[in-house]
Amino acid sequence: MNIEGVLFYFFAAILLLSALRVITARNPVHAALFLVLAFSTASAIWMLLRAEFLAIVLVLVYVGAVMVLFLFVVMMLDINLDRLREGFWSYLPLGATVGLLMVVEMVLVLGGKYFGLEHLPNPADPGAGYSNTKELGRLLYTDYVYAFELAAVILLVAIVAAIALTLRGRKDSKHQDPAKQVMVKRADRVRLVSMPSEKKEN
Amino acid sequence: MMELYAKIIAIGLGFAQGLFGPALGAALFTLVKTSVLIMLIVAPLLGAVAYLTLLERKVIGYMQVRIGPNRVGPLGLLQPIADGIKLVFKEIIIPSGADKFLFVLAPVITLTVAMAAWAVVPFNKGVVLANIDAGLLYVMAITSMGVYGIIVAGWASNSKYAFLGAMRAAAQIVAYEIAMGFALVCVLMVSHSLNLSDIVNGQAKGHFADIGLNFLSWNWLPLAPMLLVYFISGVAETQRAPFDLAEGESEIVGFHVEYSGMLFGVFSMGEYANMILVATLTTIMFFGGWAAPLDSAIFNAIPGFIWLFAKVLCVLFLFLWFRATFPRYRYDQIMRLGWKVFIPLTIVWLVLIAAWMQTPFSIWR
Repeated sequence: MNIEGVLFYFFAAILLLSALRVITARNPVHAALFLVLAFSTASAIWMLLRAEFLAIVLVLVYVGAVMVLFLFVVMMLDINLDRLREGFWSYLPLGATVGLLMVVEMVLVLGGKYFGLEHLPNPADPGAGYSNTKELGRLLYTDYVYAFELAAVILLVAIVAAIALTLRGRKDSKHQDPAKQVMVKRADRVRLVSMPSEKKEN
Repeated sequence: MMELYAKIIAIGLGFAQGLFGPALGAALFTLVKTSVLIMLIVAPLLGAVAYLTLLERKVIGYMQVRIGPNRVGPLGLLQPIADGIKLVFKEIIIPSGADKFLFVLAPVITLTVAMAAWAVVPFNKGVVLANIDAGLLYVMAITSMGVYGIIVAGWASNSKYAFLGAMRAAAQIVAYEIAMGFALVCVLMVSHSLNLSDIVNGQAKGHFADIGLNFLSWNWLPLAPMLLVYFISGVAETQRAPFDLAEGESEIVGFHVEYSGMLFGVFSMGEYANMILVATLTTIMFFGGWAAPLDSAIFNAIPGFIWLFAKVLCVLFLFLWFRATFPRYRYDQIMRLGWKVFIPLTIVWLVLIAAWMQTPFSIWR
């Protein structure tokens, strides 16, 4: 086994263990942190596949942004485990179906040689000096530019919708306007009064 | 210098391969070599962190017409060591009901993240631990993980004050990360590269560099608003004054209120290491990295890393100067500055630069 193989099994073991802990950890914050570990390890495995751009973006987006907000929410919730268990049997059929589908998909991918997938050639070695950042950028902004921009617009709509749903312009709330406060001048606040000194009357 | 390094590498590789065989020997040698190089970066960095605390106290002292620490060693030069010994021997108190593992892990995350980003920082031409193409992206990804140290610390302390402080700090960091990212996107657009060494090299070209005035070709001039946004966001990201209400030692309590002894010390070290990182990145992105400001024989004779250190020191001085000068921001003003001022400003400037690059007047060809 070469060094890449050793690294792969090392990361794969961590990835599987942390993914398992995501669903078995009792504390939701621990589960979320294990998910962070799973993302980071998955990124390391992508790095082994020479997909360095995707690997780093995985960390940047999922670990750096998505999971932070996720943790925010999970930490603020007061989660009652007994209440969560109540719905177990009613959710089981749906969960089992999704699980079964995933098992079938994994069998199809991993058991590729029984389904004739081994006829697909391995991708050619691009050689040193190959920048997949550049290649991805070229593909995204030429061949897939419409799909890419469509995805961006959908995300924008989601942002606007989320704000529109939660924005309530309350009339009775008092708030300061920092722009006004920043622009304030001394003359608006202080009035200097010129007063001649007076003699003390006895 | 470079020949000597290449010679040492060749001898070491030959020795390892003779001992363990070609494949395993090469792998083991790479492991040892990288570990030694990491030590060579981290050890001076920790020294710099220690002495930055002394510099801060001295500089602020003089700005406030005091002398600052002057009792431990000549000119107070042993003060950081005394501080370190004091912190090590203080008791670490873990609050009851705290999540012990995460409580200890949180400062470690903060410091690790502050150290890990240095892997791609170039110190001179060709002197970089990992010369990867996606270097800028790596820095952004690693620094974006720093917020975990704060959130985990706040949650694991099992204290309402620490938790609220963590929420405040995390919201602040997330807000400024976006503006920071956009500012860096402008830099990568004009450099045509994500590689930090290429970004430095790209700044040495241009009209002014051709007539020997290197410093006018650096990114700070055409990208001046982005420099401001990046640096101010960097100050906010590192939770330094005037954005330091995450800890706000004088009136409000922050995410590390339950920490004591060396665990608190590690948080502190992370903060200072982050300051040095932001200063170095500012230098690399906007002030030409290791390049000399003028293309003259005297200036070129000074080694590149000395120029880099001098520039970094100037930027670090700004951090300390800010702390002695500005009153602390109010929380809603911090949020306003991040979301309503910096993000629109960076987006407008991004579009402007993109349009400029498409015109015949583009200076980045």
